[in-house]
Amino acid sequence: MATAAAHQAARTQAAHATSDATGTAPGQAPGTAAYQTAFDTAVAAEERIEPRDWMPDAYRATLVRQIAQHAHSEIIGMQPEANWITRAPSLRRKAILMAKVQDEAGHGLYLYSAAETLGTGRDELLDKLHSGRQKYSSIFNYPTLTWADVGAIGWLVDGAAITNQVPLCRCSYGPYARAMVRICKEESFHQRQGYELLLALSRGTEAQHAMAQDAVDRWWWPSLMMFGPPDDESSHSAQSMEWKIKRHSNDELRQRFVDICVPQAESLGLTLPDPDLVWNEERGHHDFGAIDWTEFWEVLKGNGPCNEQRITQRRQAHDEGAWVREAAATHAAKHSEAKHAEAQDSGANGKATA
Amino acid sequence: MTTSLNPASSADADAVTAAAALALGDDALVLSHRLGEWAGHAPVLEEEVALANIALDLLGQARVLLSLVGDEDELAYLREERAFRNVQLVEQPNGDFAHTIARQLYFSTYQRLLYGRLAETDGPLAGLAAKAVKEVAYHQDHAEQWTVRLGDGTAESHDRMQQGCDALWRHTGEMFQPVDGIDIDWPEIEASWTASVTAVLERATLAVPEGPRTGAWSAGAGRQGLHTEPFGRMLAEMQHLHRSHPGASW
Repeated sequence: MATAAAHQAARTQAAHATSDATGTAPGQAPGTAAYQTAFDTAVAAEERIEPRDWMPDAYRATLVRQIAQHAHSEIIGMQPEANWITRAPSLRRKAILMAKVQDEAGHGLYLYSAAETLGTGRDELLDKLHSGRQKYSSIFNYPTLTWADVGAIGWLVDGAAITNQVPLCRCSYGPYARAMVRICKEESFHQRQGYELLLALSRGTEAQHAMAQDAVDRWWWPSLMMFGPPDDESSHSAQSMEWKIKRHSNDELRQRFVDICVPQAESLGLTLPDPDLVWNEERGHHDFGAIDWTEFWEVLKGNGPCNEQRITQRRQAHDEGAWVREAAATHAAKHSEAKHAEAQDSGANGKATA
Repeated sequence: MTTSLNPASSADADAVTAAAALALGDDALVLSHRLGEWAGHAPVLEEEVALANIALDLLGQARVLLSLVGDEDELAYLREERAFRNVQLVEQPNGDFAHTIARQLYFSTYQRLLYGRLAETDGPLAGLAAKAVKEVAYHQDHAEQWTVRLGDGTAESHDRMQQGCDALWRHTGEMFQPVDGIDIDWPEIEASWTASVTAVLERATLAVPEGPRTGAWSAGAGRQGLHTEPFGRMLAEMQHLHRSHPGASW
């Protein structure tokens, strides 16, 4: 953990680097090279980069892209699960599901705020989502066909998300890392509720067990795709690792996830739909079958079962809410004008009586 | 608890309490469900959080109240439409955001007064009411703030808010039909409700709706199991999965 003293030391070091590189006295505006050195030093020393620190434009752009995609995934991800709120089969399950979907809206809020610290506001990012210029996790382009899908999403999709996200708690960008600490805590509840939901189904009636198995069969492969393309085809990975935004490769995290899921599936009494899934003593990991990357790229391109539906609902909610947001802004403006006028009045009175 | 000298009257008292708990529990259950329908459709992210929060509070209240009557899931999922005892106001479809806010304003103002008075009694529902009234105070604040924002916002929001308030007005009289087992001054609650809602509508530059607050059909009808058409569809959706797997646990 970075202490305040260590932080100060790095900044001081950075200041030296600054004056060395540019030949200017400390306090004068240094050149970009010096800032770059200070930034590199801080990242190498596992320091957190904070909103007011200098950072390379590409680092900022990468973070905005990644945080925005994550935020968009949270709010689009509400849809497949909200699909079952009104049909949840018990009041306890209904309360849990509503709380979970609410958490996702909350995660969206933290993440849009984290992106805002990089100078990009929520409106701009939503606009990019709605116009298709920014993406969200492809997993949410699959439909939730039965109640068991709520469990499969919790166990597998949230499980994969946690595997991806826990290392982000140590991301070099402070506001993102801190948002992730809170998000990961809540995600781990989500994962457990999904597991527990599936367990109840698996141990329930024959029909319930079959429902659970069917859901796992449909969500397993798309969950493995959530880690992104294989390392040799991943376009942003190397630079992100260097910047300590990313800590582990896609394939490394995917392997970790598979190894975690296999014993859990056994405890659930469910099977994973991969005949090639087998423990490899030599590697100390499970081997697993080939992923259908054609499907991944197709869904990413917009040809998944729900791409159109998800973005249409999102746009519709946004467009139908425009008059509400406009009213709130208008009311706030009126209110602050009135306050301002009142303050001026009382100021003028104050002068008159003085 | 002291042993009652008259078991018959004790059983009667329990039945009366159960009927009251069912009425209040159904109000909370049904409104929670309606608010849950907003998930993923709210006009702004903050409202996704707020509406879900209110829905969760209400669901929590419903579960406590229904559990006083019997098995919460049997009551929620296996009763027919005519056996529900909620007021018709809470089952009304969401409409636009202004319509939902009007419903929230009317109901949360009522619920806060009701639970506030109930908390002061020494009846069996006092403890629950004392806890719930704190949550409901937040719901009322949320509804009042939005009523004022929308009423005193743009011309469009003003019109929509007025329409919402007008449309639901005829369902408001029903809330003040005395419920057996809730020993409070009902006319006093109604007067306080009218004063409170009127003040908010005036602050929001909205007209207090004209026209009757009850009709031949709506006066006290929900509490007797007479509901409106959209309610049957709401229950069909809510109950279908549970009913499709008789005896299963979830």
